[in-house]
Amino acid sequence: MARSINHNANTGALPDFRNFGILLRVLVIVNGMAALAALLQVSLLRDWPAQFTEIAALVEPLLLLSILVLAACGAFLRRLPHMLGIVAIFAIELALTAALYFGGRAMLIIDTAALPRLLTIVAAVTGMLLVYFELRGLALSPALAEARLQALQARIRPHFLFNSMNAVLSLVRQEPRRAEAALEDLAGLFRALMADNRELTPITQEIELCRQYLDLEQLRLGDRLRVEWHTENLPQDALIPPLALQPLLENAVYHGIEPSEVPGTISIKVYVAHDRLHAVLRNPYRATGNHHVGNKMALANIRERLQLHFDVAAELTTKVGDDTYEVRMTMPYVKAGQP
Amino acid sequence: MSALLRVLIVDDEAPARNRMRDLLADVHPVVPVEIVADVASGREALRQVEGGGIDVVLLDVRMPGMDGIEVAQHLQKLEPPPAVIFTTAYDAYAIQAFDLHAVDYLLKPIRAARLQEALARVAQNHTPKAEVLRELQQAPRSCLSAAERGKVHLIPIEDVRYLRAELKYVTVRTAQREYLIEESLTRLEQEFGARFVRVHRNCLVARAAIRGFERTGADTGDGSWQVVLADLDERLPVSRRQQHVVREQAR
Repeated sequence: MARSINHNANTGALPDFRNFGILLRVLVIVNGMAALAALLQVSLLRDWPAQFTEIAALVEPLLLLSILVLAACGAFLRRLPHMLGIVAIFAIELALTAALYFGGRAMLIIDTAALPRLLTIVAAVTGMLLVYFELRGLALSPALAEARLQALQARIRPHFLFNSMNAVLSLVRQEPRRAEAALEDLAGLFRALMADNRELTPITQEIELCRQYLDLEQLRLGDRLRVEWHTENLPQDALIPPLALQPLLENAVYHGIEPSEVPGTISIKVYVAHDRLHAVLRNPYRATGNHHVGNKMALANIRERLQLHFDVAAELTTKVGDDTYEVRMTMPYVKAGQP
Repeated sequence: MSALLRVLIVDDEAPARNRMRDLLADVHPVVPVEIVADVASGREALRQVEGGGIDVVLLDVRMPGMDGIEVAQHLQKLEPPPAVIFTTAYDAYAIQAFDLHAVDYLLKPIRAARLQEALARVAQNHTPKAEVLRELQQAPRSCLSAAERGKVHLIPIEDVRYLRAELKYVTVRTAQREYLIEESLTRLEQEFGARFVRVHRNCLVARAAIRGFERTGADTGDGSWQVVLADLDERLPVSRRQQHVVREQAR
C-alpha cells in the first residue's frame, strides 16, 4: 500500500524510535521530569541548577544509551507481539540502568542512590512514556487523522472559480479550441480537489496540476503573469502531500500578481538536498498594496497537513523581503515504492 | 427606451471585457447599446468618461491600482455623472453591501438576461450616491479628486502635503498647487489616518512631509509651535491642544 499519513501514529504498535519527533519528545519529557525532580528536592530556588546538574549526571547517560539501544533494535521490537515488545523495552531499560549503576560504582562516579530505588524510577518513567505514546497514537489514529485531513482539504477560492468560468465563456465563441483546453484544465483541477487526498502523491502529478492551474490564470491575466519553473534537479520519484504546492501558487497569484498593475513573476524551485525535499516559491509583493489582506488560512491548512504526514520533520516558513514574498517548504524525501 | 445607450466597459481582465462585448451584442436587439470603448483600468475609465458621451459604465469592482468603488467615487464629481453598474465575480462583502444599498451589480459569469434588466433600469437613473459608495469602500482611496471645468483632477494621496478645512471646502495642498474638494476633514482623517497627523482643529499634515517644528514668539512668553514642511515654505500652526504631536513626531 502506498505510504499513508503519519506512520508513527498507528496504535497497537510501539513508537518508532528512529523517528525524530519521537526522539525529541522522549528527550524533552525526560529532561522536564528531571528538572521537576530537582525543583522538588531543593529548598532554595538558586540551588536548583546545581541539583539539576547532579540529577542530569545520572539521567543523561542512561537516556542517551536508551535512545541508541532502542533505535538500534527498534525494528526488531516492533516486529514482536505488542505485549512482548513492551516487556522487552522494560527489560532493556532496567538492564541498562543496572549496567550503568554497577559500571558507575566501579568507576566511583555513583555513590548515593540505591539500585532498587533507581530501578523503580526508571520503570515508572518508561511506563509513563509508553502510555503517553500509546495515547498520542490513539489521538492521531489513522481514522481521526484522515477525518482531519479531509476537512483540511485545500479549497479553491470561489473568486478564482467564477473568474475562470467567465474567462472560458469569453473564449467559447471566438476560440473554441482554447475554451476546450481551459475546460479540461478546470476539470483536472477539480478532479484533484475532490479526490481522496489522504495519501502522498507523485510530485510530478502535483506539478502538472500546478501547470494546469497557472494556464487558467494566464488566460485571465495574460502578460501580467509570468512564471519561472526551476525543476531541473527534481527526482521524478519523489512523493509529497497532494495539494501542497497548488494553494501556494494560488496565494502568490492572489496576493502578488492580481493587485499589481505591472507584470510580475512567480518563481517555483523544487529540489532535493540532503535527503530532504525543498520547495521555494517567490512572488512580488508590495507592502503598500491596498488590496486584500490575510493569506494565513491556506498556509495554516498546508502546515497542518504537513504535520499530519510528517510530524515535526516537515517545515513551512515564509519570508517577506523588500519587494518579494517567499514561502519555503521542506519535508523528508520520500520515494515512490518505499513502504 | 428609444435612445441608444452609450456604454463603457471597465475590467482589468481582457477575457472579461470580450465576454461583456459579446453579451452587449446579444442584448442589443432589446436594449440598443453602443460600446464606446473598453478599458483595463480605473484611470483610463475616468479619462474616457471625461471625454463625454457615456451614459453607462460597466465597472469591475476588483482591479489593481484603483478599484471599482474608488473609480465610481471619482466619477461622481462629473456633471452629470454617468450611471454605474458594478460587475464582480465573487466578493461576499461587496455583494452584501450592494444588496443593502440597492446598488446595481452583475455577478460574473454574467447572464444576458440580467444585463438586459440592469441596462433597462439605467433609464430610471441608478447612479450610486456618494454616501453609499463611501460605505462600500473597504480600503483608503489611492487618490483624491477635484472637479475642474468638466474634468476630474486626480490627486495621488502621496502627493498631498496637507489638508486644511475652510468653511465648506477642504484645501488640498500638493508641492505644486492647491485644490478645493467638498469633503469633511473628519472623514478624511478616518480614511487616511495612517498617513496624516492632525496638528490643528482644521489641519491634517502628511507625516512624510514634515521636516520639523519651529517655536515662535518664545521671547514674548506665549510661544507656539509651527510645522516646517519639507518642500514648501509655508508654516502651519500647531494648536495648543495638539502640542503632543511635536513630541511624538520628534521621535
